[in-house]
Amino acid sequence: MKPARFDYACPDTLDEALALLAEEGPAARVMAGGQSLAAMLNMRLVEPRVVLDISRLHELAYITANDLYVEVGAAVTQRELLAWPALADKLPLIAQMLPHVGHTQTRARGTVCGSLAHADPSSELPLALALLNGEVVLQSRTGIRTLAARAFHTGLMTTAVEPFELIRAVRFPVLGDAAVTAFTEVSQRHGDFALTAVALTGDRRRIRIGVAGVEDRPKVLDLLWRDDASLQDEIQAKVSTMHGSDDIHASGAYRRDLVPHLAMRLIEEARDALSAR
Amino acid sequence: MPVPSPSAKTTHKRWVGRSVARVEDEALVRGLGQYADDLAVPRALTHAAFLRSPHAHAELRSVDATAAAAHPGIIAVLTGPELAAIGKPFITGVKTDAPHYPLAIDRVRYMGEPVAVVIATSRYVAEDALELIEVDYAPLPAVVTPGHAATDQSVVLHPGAGSNVLHERQFRYGDPEAEFAAAAHVVTVDTVYPRNACTPIECNVVQASFHPGEQLYDVVANFQGPYTLHTVMARSLGVPGNRLRLRTPPDSGGSFGVKQSVFPYVVAIGLAARLVGQPVKWVEDRLEHLSAATSATNRVTKLRGAFDVHGTLLALDYDQLEDCGAYLRAPEPATLYRMHGNMTGAYAVQNLAIHNRVVVTNKTPTGLNRGFGGPQVYFPLERLMDKAAATLGVDRVEIRRRNLVPADAMPYRTASGALLDSGDYAHSLECALGSERHASLLERQRERRAAGRLYGIGYAAVVEPSVSNMGYITTLMTPAERERAGPKNGALATATVNVDPAGSVTVHAASIPQGQGHKTVLAQVVADVLGIGPHDIVVLMDHDTGKDPWSIASGNYSSRFAAVVAGAAHRAALTIRARIAAIAAADLNVPPVELEFRDGFISSRHNPDNRVPLARTAAKAHWSPLAIPAAAGAGLRETATWTMPELTEPDAQDRVNSSGAHGFIFDLCGVEIDAVTGQAKVDRYITMHDAGTLLNPQLADGQVRGAFAQGLGAALLESFEYQADGSFASGTLADYLPPTACEVPDLEILHDPHPSPLTPLGAKGLGEGNCMSTPVCIANAVADALQTSVDTLPLNPARVHALMQAERGGADDDATPTAAPGSTPEDQLPAALHPAPETAAADDGHGMTGEGSTTIRAAPDAVWSCLNNPGQLRALLPGCKAFEQSSDGEYRAELSLGVGPVRGLFDCRFRFTPVVAGAQLRIDGGATGALGASSGTAIIRLDDVLQPDGASGTRLDYRYSVTLTGKVAAVGGRLLDGASRTLIGQMIKALASAAEPEREERGTWASRLGAGLRSRWSDSGDSES
Repeated sequence: MKPARFDYACPDTLDEALALLAEEGPAARVMAGGQSLAAMLNMRLVEPRVVLDISRLHELAYITANDLYVEVGAAVTQRELLAWPALADKLPLIAQMLPHVGHTQTRARGTVCGSLAHADPSSELPLALALLNGEVVLQSRTGIRTLAARAFHTGLMTTAVEPFELIRAVRFPVLGDAAVTAFTEVSQRHGDFALTAVALTGDRRRIRIGVAGVEDRPKVLDLLWRDDASLQDEIQAKVSTMHGSDDIHASGAYRRDLVPHLAMRLIEEARDALSAR
Repeated sequence: MPVPSPSAKTTHKRWVGRSVARVEDEALVRGLGQYADDLAVPRALTHAAFLRSPHAHAELRSVDATAAAAHPGIIAVLTGPELAAIGKPFITGVKTDAPHYPLAIDRVRYMGEPVAVVIATSRYVAEDALELIEVDYAPLPAVVTPGHAATDQSVVLHPGAGSNVLHERQFRYGDPEAEFAAAAHVVTVDTVYPRNACTPIECNVVQASFHPGEQLYDVVANFQGPYTLHTVMARSLGVPGNRLRLRTPPDSGGSFGVKQSVFPYVVAIGLAARLVGQPVKWVEDRLEHLSAATSATNRVTKLRGAFDVHGTLLALDYDQLEDCGAYLRAPEPATLYRMHGNMTGAYAVQNLAIHNRVVVTNKTPTGLNRGFGGPQVYFPLERLMDKAAATLGVDRVEIRRRNLVPADAMPYRTASGALLDSGDYAHSLECALGSERHASLLERQRERRAAGRLYGIGYAAVVEPSVSNMGYITTLMTPAERERAGPKNGALATATVNVDPAGSVTVHAASIPQGQGHKTVLAQVVADVLGIGPHDIVVLMDHDTGKDPWSIASGNYSSRFAAVVAGAAHRAALTIRARIAAIAAADLNVPPVELEFRDGFISSRHNPDNRVPLARTAAKAHWSPLAIPAAAGAGLRETATWTMPELTEPDAQDRVNSSGAHGFIFDLCGVEIDAVTGQAKVDRYITMHDAGTLLNPQLADGQVRGAFAQGLGAALLESFEYQADGSFASGTLADYLPPTACEVPDLEILHDPHPSPLTPLGAKGLGEGNCMSTPVCIANAVADALQTSVDTLPLNPARVHALMQAERGGADDDATPTAAPGSTPEDQLPAALHPAPETAAADDGHGMTGEGSTTIRAAPDAVWSCLNNPGQLRALLPGCKAFEQSSDGEYRAELSLGVGPVRGLFDCRFRFTPVVAGAQLRIDGGATGALGASSGTAIIRLDDVLQPDGASGTRLDYRYSVTLTGKVAAVGGRLLDGASRTLIGQMIKALASAAEPEREERGTWASRLGAGLRSRWSDSGDSES
């Protein structure tokens, strides 16, 4: 379990990093915290010619917020975001999710944007991106472009990041004061990849349910408040076409069949939160 | 001459029995431990990496290492026949023609079996070369379940053995037939105990050299014993035992029995070092460890119990089918016989029948594992007691209470020969229940159930054997065979105490600790005898078979340390004390019996001022040996070697006292189950132990906590999963799931010590008990919560969910024992996951299956011609590097396949067979590469459809079945189903794009994908687009 030979580049500036990417293209692989990539390198599942370490790029080590969104730079670790004082206020959903992302140790190195780049179908942060309708800011030597969540996450462990681009930052929209959020996941051990993860955002009119772990990428369901039985039926109908993947831990059917139940738990939580206001 | 100053902590109280802080910990917490991988390495050290089979079962036609050997930095690439030329196969306790070599010779029998070893200047370079070795495998059907191995002899792993059943024996004690015939109730359970292992943090490490001058192998390995295996290793290395110097490091990163599995690698690396003439080091990585090191045996058991109307257990009848994996590796089939004397558990029943069979299957060989054989017995036995209680309408505690071996029967000889040395099981049970503990648990259950929750209570009563009899394994032979072979019995324990001329004390024992705190306990034991402080004693536990005392029973297993190794140290210390006393008696002019050893002085019991420092007397023993009376013996170094006289060989009736000491455990727990997810959460767990004298209560509790965590893992989380083709699917710690601190609930530990009269210090082993009791206690609680039968483990969410569904559906409450954990019985899966096969071969009953359809804006004949045109075909294949048509419809291609960043080069061969010309095509193929091997079948059907614009179109339906084996199957299991669906989807999209006439083939993957996105997908997630 030793990686194949690769060159390691750890530039000090974003310009240098982008120049290297422009030169190496698909032969390079960007590494931030390395919590997924290092294991894949060691198992030789990934054999890049160059590993480009962006963890020391100060230009990407920032969290900024305005009324519309919170922008998290690509060098920000999950731990740093979790420790950001405004997190619970600005991004309550992320505050609920992050403790489930790996463990204290992995969060200390794993980055927020790295989790999005890895695009694991069970990951919490891609689920948050999809559910919140976030944006990913991509940068190459020729410029910056911004992709909506839906355009960014294109499949199983696959994103729309081009070989000469890196993720510069992610923008998580700030929900209004009227919003509520909730999150739950089923995993065998704390910090494991979820068998099924379900998240909710909503207000007095709408509910959005996000589902991870079932299909190759997160799925979002838009609903309007109705009585529980109708909501459950509607969710049931919407997830019935989902094609869950089987693995040694659970069947795709199990993962999928959990969704309506977990969603209803979150809806109950949301209703309580709304009525408490 | 400096006199050791008595430690400030020294008091007159005895050290044994106190929670003395571990002497080991300072070095460990400061990162100063000396583990196998930390030890100094010789110059010219080389590094080994093993090439391992991606197949569970295949003929090994050829291994071509030419390219690998030519790679820079490679010293040698060695194959099975090259090692076999200078070594010998491993010996086992069962005489059968199923040879096992350190590297496969002509057949591989489990995924991960070593096929070749590369010796290189670094591990990195060695792994580079692994990818250059070309192996021609001819895959064979795999035998995965023990039932299959025992009944279907169409696939025999070891042709020389003639059968997959390598051992079979029946035993009968008392008159079981009569009791069953007369019984008021006969209760039966059918259980399947899964494959699991107590996973250490540190994996196996070997560093070996061969010294041609002495013809001596010098090996450092984190081996843990038993040292019976030293003989096995030396024989396989082709040398007498004195030419295998095996050294073990001072510290261990855990073993739990599992490090026993290093021994085949001691031989492989030793032989390699000899062949290359340089020292070789190998460090096992996690994937190697999980896939190919070892595991506990999985066992299928049918257990019947005969009960009278009052619930008295009259007889037991076991039918045990033991799965030892691909090879019967020493000391197997010991897992099956370790408990032989204890098959009646904690119950007084003298009528017993046992039918034992051992099979080989295409899985990793099994071996030592904490609890060794215990969980496999107690799972059916304690499930039986629950089922009997339900059948008879008796309370589950009461039925156990009624049948416990009574205190006044101690020592009690069990039906199959164990001598239960001590205990008051009924008293211990009542201690566990307490005045309010059980009552509050019952109250808790009432509350939770009233609130609509699924809450169950579990119980388990377990006798925990310790100190294995070296002769128990011979129970597998008939009495006549044993007679010919000569008796095997006993279990020698060895410890050495040394007092140097300065009076400082060193202790050593052949006990290879794995983190338990043996140094601390040995220091306590010797400190009491010599009247010094434990922290003044140095205990050295690294071991060297060339220089240190040892015997075949040496090592760290069967919880033998507290019961006998500490006892041997005690005996050695007493001998030293007597010798020192002889000198001091003369100096102080008092009889030796009146001397007291205390605080570093030897004094007269009656006149404490009449004293001499221990150091002064010790110096005299060294400087004036003539001062010691000859009768007391010379010198202050003493090795005590001791065995328990009760550990006799099996008798002519096959009765065997398989272990020297027997503790008792009674556990009770409360488990709540989430009715939606099936997650089982241990709400409360109480474990009561009678482990005799506790030498260090804190260390004892540490052992209980550790075994409990591992028992909990076995109950809820851990299982080595194999697919139906034998491919291994639990190759990472995200797939094999030992519990972490978050998953282990608080544990209430109680003790009711009844010292053993048979061990020197009254101690009985306690390190393995919860590995035996906890899995079944939790299973009993889950069964109680769901009011259903629980017949296998682990009780992970998906399995519990399936149990709940079966219960709700009113289905037969027998779980499907052969179902893979997490899997749902096939008939419950939606049809989409089990498409009706177009042909038998398209669905071989395992692997990943899928289906889909798309509409292509081209007529079927255009699509068909595209599929049958090699030029166009090539363009459809993702990452195609080379492509050739070998004959009509047969192709060979080199493809770079992958999903996301994961990519590997595969050599692919496939064959196109028209089923209906122009309309239906069958594709059979296979791919091999460094990431693994794959084979599969797809059926493509083309139908005419009219498009909205009136043009001719094609509806393409496809179904596929793919199996994957090797590394990618072991580490990528969670994502493989989705990945294969993605890859196949990509190819179909590419086909759609290529066949559509108006689409210019722009030759970029993106354009093909873009075209494909317009197709409608019945099985993909983007149906909304």
